[in-house]
Amino acid sequence: MTVQQVIDALNLKLVTEGVDTSREITGGCVCDLLSLVMASGEEGMAWITVQTHINVVAVASLHDFACIIVSSGCEVDADTVEKAASEGIPVLASEMSGYEIAGKLYGMGIK
Amino acid sequence: MADYTNATFEEVREVGKGDFATAGQGSAAFKNTLKKLGVGSAVVRRVAIASYEAEINLAIHSDGGKLTLSVYPDKIRLVSEDIGPGIADLDLVMQEGYSTATEEVRMLGFGAGMGMPNMKRCSDEFDLKSAVGKGTTITMDFKLG
Repeated sequence: MTVQQVIDALNLKLVTEGVDTSREITGGCVCDLLSLVMASGEEGMAWITVQTHINVVAVASLHDFACIIVSSGCEVDADTVEKAASEGIPVLASEMSGYEIAGKLYGMGIK
Repeated sequence: MADYTNATFEEVREVGKGDFATAGQGSAAFKNTLKKLGVGSAVVRRVAIASYEAEINLAIHSDGGKLTLSVYPDKIRLVSEDIGPGIADLDLVMQEGYSTATEEVRMLGFGAGMGMPNMKRCSDEFDLKSAVGKGTTITMDFKLG
């Protein structure tokens, strides 16, 4: 399933306008502890978090994550959006909780 | 660890005290460099993760330092050196979950006491030397081929 298909299915907002969303999502994680994401992340993941500062982009980029999904209506910092856009990492936002988003992704076959 | 000379490639990145916003730029640059040199993606990934952990540690804990990436025909060496303050108990710092990070740093999602163990896990050889009042040097080797 691609990032765009997930955006459409869950009605997510693409915060990084114009960034390519055709990439395949191959797994996921829900975590706000960047240290743990660094230690356990895998390429192609959709990362669900409420952390919105610029360091999330570095972590996502180093791991080659497919996208970052900011949950629970948290507002994404402007410099985070700018940095993610320049790195080509889609940042998606939703009012749903991380629990709800993860459950839906899992149900859609992203495991 | 053995001393190595005559690196085929070397790149240095400075990290200042409290440089959170820019942490990750050095690792990203190293990652691009290694990719361009044709290093396998699994090794690139491990170097990038270790280097990011080192960068974050320098930003959080050190009074400033630098990261040096050296590429040899059979391995990659990553060295993190800082100018202080040094680590008092080297066993404790390698213990998962131990951290001296401030509440502010923890709010950002760091300081969980996972950085050092993660660097060790990512590298094939890991060496930590430190002297209080002087500084800390971490040397990590990654085998090629």
